[in-house]
Amino acid sequence: MTTHTGPHPTRRLILQGATCVALIGLGSLPFAPARAAANDKYPDEAFKLKNEADAIKALYGRTAEPSDKIKLDAPEIAENGGVVPISVATTLDKVTSISFFVAENPNALAASYKFPDGTIPAVANRLKMAKTSNVTAIVEADGKLYSATKEVKVTVGGCGG
Amino acid sequence: MASSIRVRATSNGDLTEVQTLIQHPMDTGLVKDAKGELIPAHYIQELRFAWNGKDVFVANWGTAVSKDPYVKFSFKGAQKGDELKISWTDNKGASDETTAKIA
Repeated sequence: MTTHTGPHPTRRLILQGATCVALIGLGSLPFAPARAAANDKYPDEAFKLKNEADAIKALYGRTAEPSDKIKLDAPEIAENGGVVPISVATTLDKVTSISFFVAENPNALAASYKFPDGTIPAVANRLKMAKTSNVTAIVEADGKLYSATKEVKVTVGGCGG
Repeated sequence: MASSIRVRATSNGDLTEVQTLIQHPMDTGLVKDAKGELIPAHYIQELRFAWNGKDVFVANWGTAVSKDPYVKFSFKGAQKGDELKISWTDNKGASDETTAKIA
């Protein structure tokens, strides 16, 4: 088909027009903070905040409730605050993300992980800790937020200076 | 140049365990060098693992992740011999990627 007859280009134009209108409609929807966690963009703002509660709010747009279904594994005492092995696993269902916060660090949010369907809700990583602090893991499961907290004593700080 | 990414992905039945070690300074921007000048922040912001063209794990990192970061996770569905694509980008726009075969 190399030749176009009358009605087709017109119809295509109208369809294109309709798509544009639909996209504009989506674009003007208010972006709730919760969307920031759900979409794919790097959460720059949340990483810049000093305070843990502010960072959780910036990342998820709501607060968490403590849960005993989260197992947060961190040392009682970290001799080197530059490398603190921390892991978390949970038996909660429909986990979509897990984030780590170190309350006393210059910026509270340390790392945030996304869990697509089929990925086991557990992660191990190594974080820097400036000084003795509470470490909090936030688990987003079925649209709700749950937390577990543990204090880690740091003998040599890991944020330099 | 050798890849900055080292990966071990091992399949055990339906489950694949992935361990990754990346060479990266992960500078916080708070540390001074020998001359007393601040070393600018330089850190990986995003690390992605894709299997069959689909993300299976995405990490968003700040400066509090340790130097030469390590991360471990597991996912379901892959077979031995499948390929896992790993890629990262940092705050200066640098990036690297590699492909690992699931053993």
